[in-house]
Amino acid sequence: MKDFNDKNNEFDVIVIGGGITGAGTARDCALRGMKVLLVERFDFAAGATGRNHGLLHSGARYAVTDKESAAECIKENMILRKIAKHCVEENNGLFISLPEDDINFQSKFVESCHAAGIDAQIIDPAEARRIEPSVNPTLIGAVKVPDGSVDPFRLTLANIIDAKAHGAKILVYHEVIEIIKEQGRVIGITVVNHKTKETHKYYAPLTINAAGIWGHGIAEMAGVKVGMYPAKGSLLIFGHRVNNIVLNRCRKPADADILVPGDTICLIGTTSSHVGFDEVDNMRVTSEEVDLLLREGQKLAPALATTRILRAYAGVRPLVAADNDPSGRNISRGIVLLDHETRDGVSGFATITGGKLMTYRLMAEWATDLACKKLGIDKACVTMSEPLPGSRGEEPLPKGKTYDLSNRIKRSTVGRHGDMASKIASDNEFDNSLVCECEDVSVGEVQYALKELDVHNMEDLRHRTRVGMGTCQGELCACRAAGLLSEAHNCAHQAKADLAKFLNERWKGMYPVAWGEALRESEYTQWVYSGICGMNKMEEK
Amino acid sequence: MKFDTVIIGGGLAGLTCGIRLQNRGFKCAIVSAGQSALHFSSGSFDLLNELPDGTAVTNPEEAIHSLDKKHPYAKIGDKFPFYAQEAKQMLLDAGIDVRGDSKQNTYRITPMGTTMPTWLTLADFNPLKSSNEVIGKKILLVNIAGFLDFNTKFVADAFEGNGAECKIISISLPEFEKLRQSPTEMRSANIARVMENENTLNALVSQLNEKAQSFDVVALPAVFGLSSPEPIQTLKQKIKTPVCIIPTMPPSVPGIRTQKRLRRVFELAGGFYMLGDSVINAEIGDGKVYNVSTVNHGDIALYADNFVLASGSFFSNGLCASMDGVAEPVFGADVDFDPNRSTWYNASIFEAQRYRTFGVATDEHFRIKVNGKIQDNVYAIGSVLSGFDALQEGCGAGVSLLTALYVADNLKK
Repeated sequence: MKDFNDKNNEFDVIVIGGGITGAGTARDCALRGMKVLLVERFDFAAGATGRNHGLLHSGARYAVTDKESAAECIKENMILRKIAKHCVEENNGLFISLPEDDINFQSKFVESCHAAGIDAQIIDPAEARRIEPSVNPTLIGAVKVPDGSVDPFRLTLANIIDAKAHGAKILVYHEVIEIIKEQGRVIGITVVNHKTKETHKYYAPLTINAAGIWGHGIAEMAGVKVGMYPAKGSLLIFGHRVNNIVLNRCRKPADADILVPGDTICLIGTTSSHVGFDEVDNMRVTSEEVDLLLREGQKLAPALATTRILRAYAGVRPLVAADNDPSGRNISRGIVLLDHETRDGVSGFATITGGKLMTYRLMAEWATDLACKKLGIDKACVTMSEPLPGSRGEEPLPKGKTYDLSNRIKRSTVGRHGDMASKIASDNEFDNSLVCECEDVSVGEVQYALKELDVHNMEDLRHRTRVGMGTCQGELCACRAAGLLSEAHNCAHQAKADLAKFLNERWKGMYPVAWGEALRESEYTQWVYSGICGMNKMEEK
Repeated sequence: MKFDTVIIGGGLAGLTCGIRLQNRGFKCAIVSAGQSALHFSSGSFDLLNELPDGTAVTNPEEAIHSLDKKHPYAKIGDKFPFYAQEAKQMLLDAGIDVRGDSKQNTYRITPMGTTMPTWLTLADFNPLKSSNEVIGKKILLVNIAGFLDFNTKFVADAFEGNGAECKIISISLPEFEKLRQSPTEMRSANIARVMENENTLNALVSQLNEKAQSFDVVALPAVFGLSSPEPIQTLKQKIKTPVCIIPTMPPSVPGIRTQKRLRRVFELAGGFYMLGDSVINAEIGDGKVYNVSTVNHGDIALYADNFVLASGSFFSNGLCASMDGVAEPVFGADVDFDPNRSTWYNASIFEAQRYRTFGVATDEHFRIKVNGKIQDNVYAIGSVLSGFDALQEGCGAGVSLLTALYVADNLKK
């Protein structure tokens, strides 16, 4: 029964899922005056949001096959450049034709782009080589489009920060174990807190299921069926930024035909294969997928053959099944908003899914529009023009020609946190001391994340700051960061266990590509943590 | 250039072999690319802590009889106790003060504060008799302010788990202000360099004498004694409370000192140490290597009667893995490995890893093979060898020391 004495557990809307869709929806709802609760079973961006290319699609990729998605992409692309500039790199993109490709596809491609509102220009192959020296020199055609890169972790976090600033309550490490129904309508949820193991009940007239592929199970809890199609996509991260312009193949979308630069690295992907729901929590990249990604990637940029691979990972796209396409490639990437009241007769419950990182804002807008309708709120969406925290001010990037290490750190923090970087302490040399040398993460930045950004463990910290994401993949910085974590939470025992878990998580992404330099680094990491620190024996105790 | 023996690799195995050979009257050159595993060591030398099946080892001399015949120790066989004793003696003769016994493992303290079995421990540290022994009931745990590679909280957590009572303090000395101005400088070796200054060390001593009075023991990170063990001795003499040094995260200050000392002893014995050089080519003919060429010496090849490969494992580039195989880059020696890459790894980072058992295939005398043919005058020693997982078994230092001495003793002029 509903506990009417406790108003703390009553909200206007509950959002399930701390990926980009949930974060965006929580923000939009909060901006429109709703009292919002967002629950996430792990950390922000822990699912598909944190496991994709980080491509700021121009929409060109879908122009030929899915005009609607393409048009949505280019609109959102232009919006994100304005509202989330600290998460975006305006790199542009090239769609290249290789001798094995049909050059006639190019004109159809450009035509489709223009029809969708995408600025696509055919350029001379020599010009393409000049602006992007890493491109396969045998190319026979190139089209320039306004692709870019976007950091999904930063983008999610910026939405969360703003949702909180507008009164939203955010609970990470809280998993939904029950959808509470009363007389056929959804009235709330029961969650378990993974830290304390306690359960809590929360109530709202509307619950929005934004849980990505896990939304399949959430819908089942509510007694409705959403036919989701888990499509696994594997990617490889390289240790250097080989290209500065996004490289795509000018052909119908296929495996491993996008190479995206981002921060200090670049990414090749993806594969696409159907997986079972029993696998979605434990994605492993196979040797065959690695081989395929490398083989195809080298056709875009031959330098990949000799570039160190940092790690391999896989995400699961929450596509909504339409037909029996075994690859999942031809299912629309379009947005799916399901009002379960009209669809299934279950009121108080809606599902927002499909779509992609690029269109999260639009997805959130649709879901929030529905919430407004249900709750009788008449307030327009402002997220297409209201900048996210981090992108509001002029970036205080240090200028000057002299090379100064503290300026370098400042650049990195401003890059990661935008105008929020001013919250990072850098008053003294302790704060400036470097935790992670690959990614220039300072003590001050780690402490800011620990204090203000809902960091519960090392994985959270990595997502907020890039600790352990550089070429060494967390050799020594992991231990330093774990030390700061243990100080902040005053629990050394937990921090040590967490460090072990973090190292294992890093290894999971490394071993599929562990040869050459990656194996060298891995052996060293194992030498340090098993050999010197004895962490292989700690787990038994 | 002509030598009796050219050793490729200047780490623990290469230097041990070189010192032994110089003492036997051989004229040796060591080609060393630079840092060795000693720079990242724990400050102890492990002989054998665990059998491949996970059985814990307390007496390595007994336990080696259970090892597979492919294990380097199995090739040393009955001579194992002899060479274990010789290895210890070699370190002592080199002025590297170690304690330990090959019949009875002791325990070393890790940077996490936990304990691990080990064989020989540098005199900097206090080896323990059992895995849950504590260094004192009331412990003052000291860190240098701003030093992130020693975590007093982790150490205290482990000590307190074994019933000790810990107080954590961090010490600031004006001498470190300069180091701290650069964000990357507060690392163990840099701190140790500052601690070489007698006045700085004395300032630390007087602070500690004030603060450690009511404690059984004062525990400090291993940031003392980069070029000689003197600062450690000073600390232990001048601080009235007993001192316990605890290893830090790499780089290892006592490890660097050990490496420097071994190199010095090799050179004092007349050996030729070529630092920062690497072998790029070997001239091989009819079951025998004639010479090797290096980056720095270009056309001037190094000729020798015998060659010893002590180039380490993957991390030291002694072994190179590609997508479909593992190669030994100097001689193109035959390597034991499984061509199916998906069998190389265990998904858990802390489990035994099959790739770590890969290495150069050798005959019973540790001679390498090239294209299946034994090379009469080329021997492999240390981590480059196949047949053991140094981390799971806890035998990396032991294999380096013992195979080095064994091969050195069996070389003929």
